Amino acid sequence: MLIEYVPLILMVIVGFVLAVVFLFAAEWLGARRTTREKQTTYESGMIPVGNARQRFSVKFYMVAVSFIVFDIEVVFLYPWATQLTTLGLTAFIAVIIFIVILFAGYFYELVKGGFNWD
Amino acid sequence: MEELGWILLEALIKALVIFTLILLAAATLVYIERKFSAFIQNRIGPNRAGPKGLLQPFADVLKLFMKEDIVPDAANKNLHRLAPIISLGVAIAVYAVIPLGSSFELAGRTIYMGVAPNVNIGILFILAMTSVGVYGITLAGWSSNNKYSLLGGLRSSAQMISYELSMGLAIMGVIMVSGSLNLNDIVIHQSGWKWNVLLQPLGFIIFLVSAFAETNRTPFDLPEAEPELVGGYNTEYTGMKFGMFFLAEYGNMATSSALIATLYLGGWQLPFNPEWVGLQEGSVWLALAQFASIVIKILLLSCFFIWVRWTVPRFRYDQLMNLGWRVLLPLALLNVIATGAVMFLI
Repeated sequence: MLIEYVPLILMVIVGFVLAVVFLFAAEWLGARRTTREKQTTYESGMIPVGNARQRFSVKFYMVAVSFIVFDIEVVFLYPWATQLTTLGLTAFIAVIIFIVILFAGYFYELVKGGFNWD
Repeated sequence: MEELGWILLEALIKALVIFTLILLAAATLVYIERKFSAFIQNRIGPNRAGPKGLLQPFADVLKLFMKEDIVPDAANKNLHRLAPIISLGVAIAVYAVIPLGSSFELAGRTIYMGVAPNVNIGILFILAMTSVGVYGITLAGWSSNNKYSLLGGLRSSAQMISYELSMGLAIMGVIMVSGSLNLNDIVIHQSGWKWNVLLQPLGFIIFLVSAFAETNRTPFDLPEAEPELVGGYNTEYTGMKFGMFFLAEYGNMATSSALIATLYLGGWQLPFNPEWVGLQEGSVWLALAQFASIVIKILLLSCFFIWVRWTVPRFRYDQLMNLGWRVLLPLALLNVIATGAVMFLI
């Protein structure tokens, strides 16, 4: 069984090695005529104001937190989904209870405005 | 140990063949996209390089390789180089688990079409790899130290993780029907016109919408909304480094099409019984016919992606988030419950 993972790992290695080859080819083949102006950050032709290491909207952080919560629930459901027929009706009822609790959390976040973007 | 050597050799050959196929697929898709959009907008499209402009993608890649590689002084140099590697590497690695046909016998060995289509974590591998792909885009946006890039990268990562949830839940319906995470088993389970799209119509629609969002294609191409963010996360990339993101985007489009075909549209199954035309189980010809079958499905679905891109306008960001969190997520959960209920009642 484990031997089936060997080609999988090989493919990942091949993919990343070829990507690295592409990167070095890009850096090696390209022309090199650097000037100071070319190396500045692009800001629609204006002189850049400050840099991008600034605070940004907290909403992205909220999305990330919600994602972690719900993604863990999804991960919990996967083993059940694969063994659906073996585990039978009891497991299905347990999963329904689980999803109902999940929905309770979902509606709490909805009412509290966790999904509001404006 | 000799067995391991053979497996490694076989996998290496298949990996290189599939890599070439992905690059060819990306080139073909770029060409189709440009011709198709030209047709939609009543233009001619590329017609100079080669007959009917067929060599245009290759000319583009050559040009990209020869372009100057500009890295801004303010950028975080090493992460700036790492980001395209992650994007392209992930786009290629995902193909490892997609079955491109059943198996055939050659010199006493059963050879499967695909690098590792029988691995029993197929779907988990795909979900894991698409999650890693988010890193490439986020890192590209952050390391460029450019405000446009940062916003593009953040938007993109928020969008991709939001739609990954509905995607994972939509796939769960397929897993419940087929009872396996193995993509080859899922395809075999759909033999004889029992396509999952008929058993999982809601899941199919949710998966389709999520696939559009995951690949950052219109109507969800907010990360690179040109009028407001210039180029989004790849604003500060030039030459082939930009080309790598470009290749990864088209590679991902082909991957999504392949996944939709595999999970919902019968994968490599022929639309008729192969015995009718005298194709034997396990023969090379049957394997080739099945390969042609999935390639046609992938091409048609990719054309659908392109058609949508040039027809539907872009969403606003709050609409995008509302669709992901308020519509697709509850619908996907309901789909899981409904699938379970139907499977136990019938």
